[in-house]
Amino acid sequence: MSSDPILTMHAIDKVFPGVQALKNVDFTLRHGQIHALMGENGAGKSTLIKVLTGVYPGDGGTIMMEGKKIAPTSPRDAEAHGISTVYQEVNLIPHLTVAENICLGREDRVCGVVRWSKVRERAHQALKRLDLKVGINVDKQLSDCSIAIQQMVAIARALDVDAKALILDEPTSSLDEAESDELFRIMRGLKEKGMGIVFVTHFLDQVYRVSDTITVLRNGELVGEFPAAELPRLALVSKMMGKELDEVKELEKRVAVTTASGRRTMVSARRLGRKGSLNPVDFDLKEGEILGLAGLLGSGRSETANLLFGVDTADSGRLEVDGKAVKIDSPARAVRLGFGMLTEDRKYSGIIPNLSIRDNIVLAMQAKLGPLRKIPPWKANEITDTFIKVLNIKTPSRDQLVKNLSGGNQQKVIIARWLAIHPRLLILDEPTRGIDVGARAEIEALIQKLRDEGMSILLISSEVDEVVRNSERVVVMRDREKIAELEGDALSEQHILQVIASQAKEETP
Amino acid sequence: MRIVAIAVFWAILLALLYVLRRNRSVVFWPLLALSCLLLFNLFSTPQFYQLDWRDGHLYGVPIDIINHASKVGILALGMTLVIAVGGIDLSVGAVMAIAGAMMAYMTVQMNMPPWYCIAAALVAGVIAGMWNGFLVAIMGIPPMVATLILMVAGRGVAQLITDGQIIIFNNPTLTFIGNGFIVIPFPFILMLIMFALTWLLTKGTAVGFLIESVGDNEVAARRAGVNSCLVKFLVYVFCGFCAAIAGLVQTSNIRSADANNIGLNLELDAIMSVVIGGTAMTGGRFYLASSIIGALLIQALTTTMYAKDVSPVVAPVPKALVILAVCLLQSERVKRYLASRREAV
Amino acid sequence: MNRRYLTLLITAAVLVLLFACGGVWFNNFLRLRIIVNLLGDNAFLGITAIGMTFVIISGGIDLSVASVIAFTSIFIAQNVYDGMHPLLAMAMALVIGFLFGMTQGWIISYFALPPFLVTLAGMFFARGVGFIVNDISLAIKHPFYSETIRGLVIPLSGRIRLPVTAQCFLLFVIVGTFVLGYTRFGRYVYAIGSNEASARLMGVPVDRMKVWIYALSGFCAAAAGIVVTFYMQSGNSSSFVGLEMDAIAAAVIGGTLLTGGVGGVPGTLMGVLILGIIQTLITFHGNLNNWWAKIFIGALLFMFIAIQQLLSRRLATRAAG
Repeated sequence: MSSDPILTMHAIDKVFPGVQALKNVDFTLRHGQIHALMGENGAGKSTLIKVLTGVYPGDGGTIMMEGKKIAPTSPRDAEAHGISTVYQEVNLIPHLTVAENICLGREDRVCGVVRWSKVRERAHQALKRLDLKVGINVDKQLSDCSIAIQQMVAIARALDVDAKALILDEPTSSLDEAESDELFRIMRGLKEKGMGIVFVTHFLDQVYRVSDTITVLRNGELVGEFPAAELPRLALVSKMMGKELDEVKELEKRVAVTTASGRRTMVSARRLGRKGSLNPVDFDLKEGEILGLAGLLGSGRSETANLLFGVDTADSGRLEVDGKAVKIDSPARAVRLGFGMLTEDRKYSGIIPNLSIRDNIVLAMQAKLGPLRKIPPWKANEITDTFIKVLNIKTPSRDQLVKNLSGGNQQKVIIARWLAIHPRLLILDEPTRGIDVGARAEIEALIQKLRDEGMSILLISSEVDEVVRNSERVVVMRDREKIAELEGDALSEQHILQVIASQAKEETP
Repeated sequence: MRIVAIAVFWAILLALLYVLRRNRSVVFWPLLALSCLLLFNLFSTPQFYQLDWRDGHLYGVPIDIINHASKVGILALGMTLVIAVGGIDLSVGAVMAIAGAMMAYMTVQMNMPPWYCIAAALVAGVIAGMWNGFLVAIMGIPPMVATLILMVAGRGVAQLITDGQIIIFNNPTLTFIGNGFIVIPFPFILMLIMFALTWLLTKGTAVGFLIESVGDNEVAARRAGVNSCLVKFLVYVFCGFCAAIAGLVQTSNIRSADANNIGLNLELDAIMSVVIGGTAMTGGRFYLASSIIGALLIQALTTTMYAKDVSPVVAPVPKALVILAVCLLQSERVKRYLASRREAV
Repeated sequence: MNRRYLTLLITAAVLVLLFACGGVWFNNFLRLRIIVNLLGDNAFLGITAIGMTFVIISGGIDLSVASVIAFTSIFIAQNVYDGMHPLLAMAMALVIGFLFGMTQGWIISYFALPPFLVTLAGMFFARGVGFIVNDISLAIKHPFYSETIRGLVIPLSGRIRLPVTAQCFLLFVIVGTFVLGYTRFGRYVYAIGSNEASARLMGVPVDRMKVWIYALSGFCAAAAGIVVTFYMQSGNSSSFVGLEMDAIAAAVIGGTLLTGGVGGVPGTLMGVLILGIIQTLITFHGNLNNWWAKIFIGALLFMFIAIQQLLSRRLATRAAG
């Protein structure tokens, strides 16, 4: 491994309105190095990449490319400096062919006339450079290719310019095992040729399989840069989750471990799965129980919740509610069964931004009542005022538009939306993400209170301590599979970290 | 006497504007534009304010305006809801022709009693709306593409019903719809009734609330358990119903079903009224009263030009400028610029 | 089988089927003359539809084209009437159409406004300006029109000659096919319509391209307006109301996806011919009425839209699975 740096980022800052997304972050990429960039949601990985490729302007710090200071203003500009990027959601043109995608914007021309034979030849060359095992027909329309092939095409396009640094942002998130292996082979090949590769991922196994160096970010700050060989998996996981190993101690658990015998099973899933997003899982959820789902990003925790709530439809397995088999194919059906779900992405699938707090709170209730029986305004106001008080929502009035509230208060509004219909099961997907400490404590206290009132809760969080503190039982997931179920004394933060960090799948029972 | 009436009218208008501004109502802007136009006419075309009382009817330029604006206003009601769910309906003009043809055919060829004819026309409109709703809500075809089909074929269907003829009728009940007077013109009364009906349907029930939630964030609404497909479907059905009523008004007004010309290009006027009224093309909050004022504004603009002896053929130009101005005011870039100006002051 | 050619194949099949029907029903239908007339009579629609094809592939829409045609025809007629040479008037009309389209494209991209509304405004504007030029139908009387243009025919066989309108149409088809298929601009048009965000990340100058695309559509509409004057020997500011919808229909029947990213000029040519042949069939039949054309075109539109919807759905499930 040569040691002279290609790319150095020093003291990078990036501020979004209200959030410091990156704080004084350093990052160095060397020739012939595969450098993993790791961190949980909101750690700042994507922001760092976007600053580097000129999608966002940085607010401070310097970027050096082979000793020269650069300030990329657009992805194209970054490319001109030798930095090529393959973005997470493969950014290519679905309706064009493979060759057209590889050469878009740099077609060989004679007097303005594109020479397609040359373009195809060049696409062949670009793909050949990847040393692929499968042949790719360059005349095939991209949308007819599998995601894996599209990924290869994106890399070929990135290499078609004279790239010195290649950034792969979550390249394996939609690939299966064999496809990932092929990608890693290509990455190693490029490394041999002296290229520097930044590998952003959340799959632990894969990091150890290809990376030389690991940089960990957390909450916009640099945790550290470590040689992969010297960083045990457990240490990596705890760094990503913001725990020093010796700090991980038995938390005093708030939840009294109650005997499960007296409670009826409410939901039971057997081999529930969906091709491409979740391998079949089994779990039971009892009445008045908080079940935790722990795992890293992309481990299948949100996917499980989506199947349960009908956001996605399961294509295998069986789901029983109160002992009766049910098929949940839409959220409306799940709501009728008495489910409620706080979704992971508040902005995309939670709030109705231009409607008032009141309208947002009574929405689920109204949807359940049907369009004709309108909740009278006085009742809607009463409900809203109650929740504003009980949940301590900070707002000048109930008619305030939800988009004008802070993240924590928006979250409370959506929780209120579900509490208004008195659900039997409340699914909470990342209930405390992007929320300040005070609101977080309030929401955790609320979760306990709801359970005491007999509600079942499925709690998903990337904060392990949050899951441990609040759950009676925890299902641990990794790589779209359930790998363990912990309960009682076995349920501790350290144990969960160990399970997640444990070696390849074969070793787990 | 006339001076007093005009003064009272303006006092009411200004008070209304003041209240709307205080409440930061969206209706303020289109009403302000309408007021400016009326103010201009106050000084330059006094006959604009002339009202006559003859045989128990009111006549005059203002009456003409509300009379002519009625059919676009009725269309705009349905179109407002369609646009509120993030859609668009290009077929309303053709649906008007179908409804008109249906009514004329039933009365002339089948000798049906007038109420049957009206009912048949409305049913035709509802079926047309169901077709659009099916394509958009169930098949998932983009609204502009989906409604284009009926826009093209609808006029053919209308001609099929009339057998390519212009069917002339003179049943007094049917001609009353477009020409009748109960002190003020019946089409305007019909528009007010439709407005009240739409208002009750949307605000009196939770339908309007669900429409706004689907239009503003369909994903979130669906996750909250809203049946967004059903909401969208119903909205297109209602739009077809409104188009049928507007078709009855126009057909009745000219006492004949002319499948080629009834409702021609009116879909564009209806869309324009809604956009001028402040309902965004991307969906979300909708403003029924504001859309009606948009329709009145377009008609007042046309009438003003008639009154000013501007050749009627030039009429499209100011229309174009109004659309462009409204679009620009809604553009993020212009909004940001205006906001920065306001801060600087 | 490449999906790109599947819809084109269906279009071709419909076209052949219609020709075959004509041949079976009427014994003097399958003649060269019919094809020549089809090309000549539908030239203005075809040229407009080619511009529209570019716009639709890029994910936009242009409602102003019919008004631009009407404006161009009256503009030329008025100027020739006032003594200008037709060639100069034509050149000016082309420049005006181009600049008009450019302005629309600039407003659409700079202010990020929906093309539907902006070109709707453009439609009213051009129509009004046309009326301002002159609001009557004005005959064009100039030797250039009565002799030169009429003389510009290509003899094919016997007494059948290819009129200048058909020649213009074929020229636009060839140039359009070439531009869309063999220039970088063409690739950008597809890229913008297929996925605008990706195109931006891949370095496509999206905003600049949109200006050119609408300029091209304006230019084509102006050219169609010129062809109209050849065909009608007059200009009329109130003609062709609603032609934009025919142009859109021709593109869609020709396999262009209204949501963008798919389509081509050869498909549009076939779409125009299908629309034309339906008219011809009805004329030949005598007893069939004009409204059947509209209903049939609507049915065709539905068929093509439904096919594309099913194809893209199947594709989506494949990508997910």
